[in-house]
Amino acid sequence: MIKHLTKRYGRHQAVDDVSFRCEAGTVTGFLGPNGAGKSTTLRVICGLTRPTCGTATVLGVPYRRLGNPGRRVGSMLDASALHSGRTGRETLALSAALLGVPADQVDTMLGRVGLDRQAARRRVGRYSLGMRQRLSIAGALLGDPTVLVLDEPANGLDPEGIYWMRQLLRDFADRGGTVLLSSHLLHEVEAIADRLVVINAGRIMAQGRRQELLAASGTLVRAVDPTGLRASLTAAGLAVAPVAPASPFAAGDGALLVSADPETIGQIAVSARMVLLELRPADHGGLERLYLNLTAPSDQAPRESELVP
Amino acid sequence: MTVLQQRPETPLPPLPPLPPLPPLPPLPPPLLRLTGIELRKLVDTRSGRWLVISIGILMVAVAVVQLIALKDPQQTYQAFFSMALLIVGLFLPVLGILSVTSEWSQRTALTTFALVPARHRVMTAKLAAGALTAGLSVVASLGLAALACLAASALGGAGTWNLTAAAVANAVVFQLVNMLMGVAFGMLLLNSPLAIVVFFVVPTLWSVLIGLASAARTIARWLDLGQVLEPLLMDSAPTQAEWAHLGAATLVWLVLPLILGAVRVMRAQVQ
Repeated sequence: MIKHLTKRYGRHQAVDDVSFRCEAGTVTGFLGPNGAGKSTTLRVICGLTRPTCGTATVLGVPYRRLGNPGRRVGSMLDASALHSGRTGRETLALSAALLGVPADQVDTMLGRVGLDRQAARRRVGRYSLGMRQRLSIAGALLGDPTVLVLDEPANGLDPEGIYWMRQLLRDFADRGGTVLLSSHLLHEVEAIADRLVVINAGRIMAQGRRQELLAASGTLVRAVDPTGLRASLTAAGLAVAPVAPASPFAAGDGALLVSADPETIGQIAVSARMVLLELRPADHGGLERLYLNLTAPSDQAPRESELVP
Repeated sequence: MTVLQQRPETPLPPLPPLPPLPPLPPLPPPLLRLTGIELRKLVDTRSGRWLVISIGILMVAVAVVQLIALKDPQQTYQAFFSMALLIVGLFLPVLGILSVTSEWSQRTALTTFALVPARHRVMTAKLAAGALTAGLSVVASLGLAALACLAASALGGAGTWNLTAAAVANAVVFQLVNMLMGVAFGMLLLNSPLAIVVFFVVPTLWSVLIGLASAARTIARWLDLGQVLEPLLMDSAPTQAEWAHLGAATLVWLVLPLILGAVRVMRAQVQ
């Protein structure tokens, strides 16, 4: 879907040689801190920004050659990019006319995203962010597309709305659709995505199936004598990181995160005569650490506020 | 004698079933539909609707003032019509500017261009919608002038029905130039207040500055919008010289910003 994509704004390298693919029937989470290049990449996919080099194709062709692209690709690139003086219903009716979709689809879609008649008659300027998000989703779904491209779809939604969004996207993918959604929050993406693409400072730091990334995220171990265990593990040449007791996945004081499988660690503990209290795959906690490590600010990549044109 | 020998029928191997045809790509929306949508966008927002309503109210108000203030013999159809044109002509550029700039200030360009990636088609539709609006405004002015003329004869004014074909043709050109200049300035500047201010200040400033340098006045006359548009409010066709002036001014104040604006919109990053 995306091949060697690079986008420069003057001297700023917003996206640097990014390649990935989204499969039908899956949800791909595009994860990275603000300003990592997520939005730029999504804009390139939707034909709004021309890449400096590289290509982006949807369903095998560049977006601009999709004919009436909204019938194939539903996009929501910014939920606040709605005319505040237009009613919610009129906003969708305009899109329906552009897409060539029958006008009665508008009411159906409004119902599907949970905007009642009264809300639909109100001007968008009086909508909450969550309502705008719902209206934008309705606009993305209106053309009955097979691909969805969503930039931060959970922004501004309440917990119930986030749950609703997850169900909707899961259902869309289960019916054979392709979903690409971006987020800067790991837990948001983790709850729904089958695949993850982690980006930072314009570069892809990791990508793969969620389970693979979870498996690669290390092992959590806790011993009666953390200092001793740490010494033994380090002596065996393993990378060890302490886990802060405050971390939600640390079961108690002195937990360590080790990049090795549980068996290796168990062997070392036995030979060092250590009493272990806990030994398990790190799962979410490891992924969180992985994400934080991957996206830690470095010298060559100062974190900036989202540099979108 | 040759005998055609029938060859034994060799059964043809069965043809493999045809693969299902891939669904045709959905066609982009036709230009006519895009134009209809752009027309609708002019009035489906609160601000757009009120701008159009205000123009209507102002037209009626000015006609009433004419009925009171003009001397009876001056209350002719042409007088009401010209005044209506002048009022609408003042606001059409604003409508044209906003039809483009509101997409950028409200950021709806993001959706518009995502759904219609061929931006030149959107711009063509905006120009077409602008041209239709200009035509409709002339029809509205004709109607209002008729009502005012009827009222004038009822109230003892002249109420002379003296409309010429040239007057209508002039009116259409006058409003087309006004409206399309607005669209062009909108595309060029992509910012509502800036485009409105520049549109009204720059041509006026030009007239004032040139008026100071008397030597340049004959040349400047070619580009003075106020002066070149004036013949279009009359009921006879402009002279050849007047057409030439109009053409030159249109080139500078309409065609040039339109070309530059189109290039800008094609390249602009959508926020």
